[in-house]
Amino acid sequence: MRIPCPYCGLRDAHEFSYLGDATVSRPAPDMPDAQEAFFHYVYLRENPAGAHEELWYHAAGCRQWLVVSRDTRTHEISGASFARAPKADASHAEVKP
Amino acid sequence: MSHYSVLSIIANAFNGQKGWTPAWRDAAPKPVYDVIVVGGGGHGLATAYYLAKEHGIRNVAVLEKGHVGSGNAGRNTTIIRSNYLLPGNEPFYEWSMKLWEGLEQDLNYNAMVSQRGVLNLYHSDAQRDAYARRGNAMRLNGADSELLDRDQVREMAPFLNFDQSRFPIQGGLLQKRGGTARHDAVVWGYARAADRLGVDIIQNCEVTGFIRTGDAVVGVETTRGPIRAGKVGLAVAGSTSRLTRLLDMRLPIESHVLQAFVSEGLKPLVPGVITFGAGHFYISQSDKGGLVFGGDIDGYNSYAQRGNLPVIEDVCEAGMALFPRIGRLRILRHWGGIMDMSMDGSPIIDKTHLPGLYLNAGWCYGGFKATPASGWCFAHTLAKDAPHAFNAAFRLDRFRSGHLIDEKGVGAQPNLH
Repeated sequence: MRIPCPYCGLRDAHEFSYLGDATVSRPAPDMPDAQEAFFHYVYLRENPAGAHEELWYHAAGCRQWLVVSRDTRTHEISGASFARAPKADASHAEVKP
Repeated sequence: MSHYSVLSIIANAFNGQKGWTPAWRDAAPKPVYDVIVVGGGGHGLATAYYLAKEHGIRNVAVLEKGHVGSGNAGRNTTIIRSNYLLPGNEPFYEWSMKLWEGLEQDLNYNAMVSQRGVLNLYHSDAQRDAYARRGNAMRLNGADSELLDRDQVREMAPFLNFDQSRFPIQGGLLQKRGGTARHDAVVWGYARAADRLGVDIIQNCEVTGFIRTGDAVVGVETTRGPIRAGKVGLAVAGSTSRLTRLLDMRLPIESHVLQAFVSEGLKPLVPGVITFGAGHFYISQSDKGGLVFGGDIDGYNSYAQRGNLPVIEDVCEAGMALFPRIGRLRILRHWGGIMDMSMDGSPIIDKTHLPGLYLNAGWCYGGFKATPASGWCFAHTLAKDAPHAFNAAFRLDRFRSGHLIDEKGVGAQPNLH
């Protein structure tokens, strides 16, 4: 499996470490139903068989967090972007390792 | 269907082996059952067997999308053991060990249960202390354990690399009652025994939806038509989220791929199961002579039933550190199975918030050894609408309430369990 790092180019997945689902976002701790929201954020996952947006850290490369689009049935990777690109989706930007 | 015995072998020897009949019926689905168990692996079949045997519920169907045992039941490393630490886990796994010990007589089937011992090596003083604690926890729950020093390990397994430069072997925690069982025979034994009690085993029957009455689940849609049931139990391991998605349920589970390997056949070399304490590596020798070994999951969500090379390299490196003489062996086969990795590394056997729907999932790496007790406890939960004491801690709502059973203490990170 090779991941197209937007900074380093196509690199072996060995250089990356995996965090998980990139679509969950950390809730604000002072929101009224924060406890329930944190339960969902920490524990519950879609776990889809198919397209999956996921966080990978390029530990042996540019040390950037990436959002990788990968099919969990075939391991085919269709793209990768910086998790914290300035104009990235806000929900990605809020996910912290 | 005849009872298997020495007499049946002798009788068939004299009639040209013509007396054998199929071990179970190829059942067609009936329109209604008392209980449907989805998943014809070890856990599902064991559940059906114990429903019939322990609770007298015989109007049961096991639905399998392929053929029985074609999922993780046929993809594991066949290890049985009960060397857990935490109170929620150890009584359950020890009950499983006890069921393994009586399994073949109970099922009238040779599952090749072999209590050849499971040895976990330790490589530091701190790890020795942790293993001593674990061994004591096992004993408190009625399991056996022995803390071995370096010389005792050397006597058992002289071929290990005791003076490995980074991780010299200092000793090990031995569970003599642990060992291996023949994974396919376990599946076939449960299938045959359940069938003899009236359970319908329906293969090539994939569940594609659920029949609902209000909130309640009252049956399933399948590739062989709708089947209604009083209760539906899911025991589908890595495919759990695929089914619960149809019910808009999100679970504390990620599906990951775990690879395993078998080498070419050798004369007897490895006496039992040996695990490396300084990396994730476990090895045993099958009765055919192949070394069966494995390590970590690949570490990313997967439904592919095949993994990638970095983990193969990692497993083989750990193997070489522990056991250098395997370096010239050739790997005969390797394969991958889809693990239902839960968020705390422990399983779920529970009712769900939907009336009529019951869940058996989250087995992570540990599903095979749990097969008998998983079926036994899931049958109890299905029959009594309440968990048995052995699975009382395996609640689905423990993630919400904070009563996690995190044996490794790594937190809600499934690829680290």
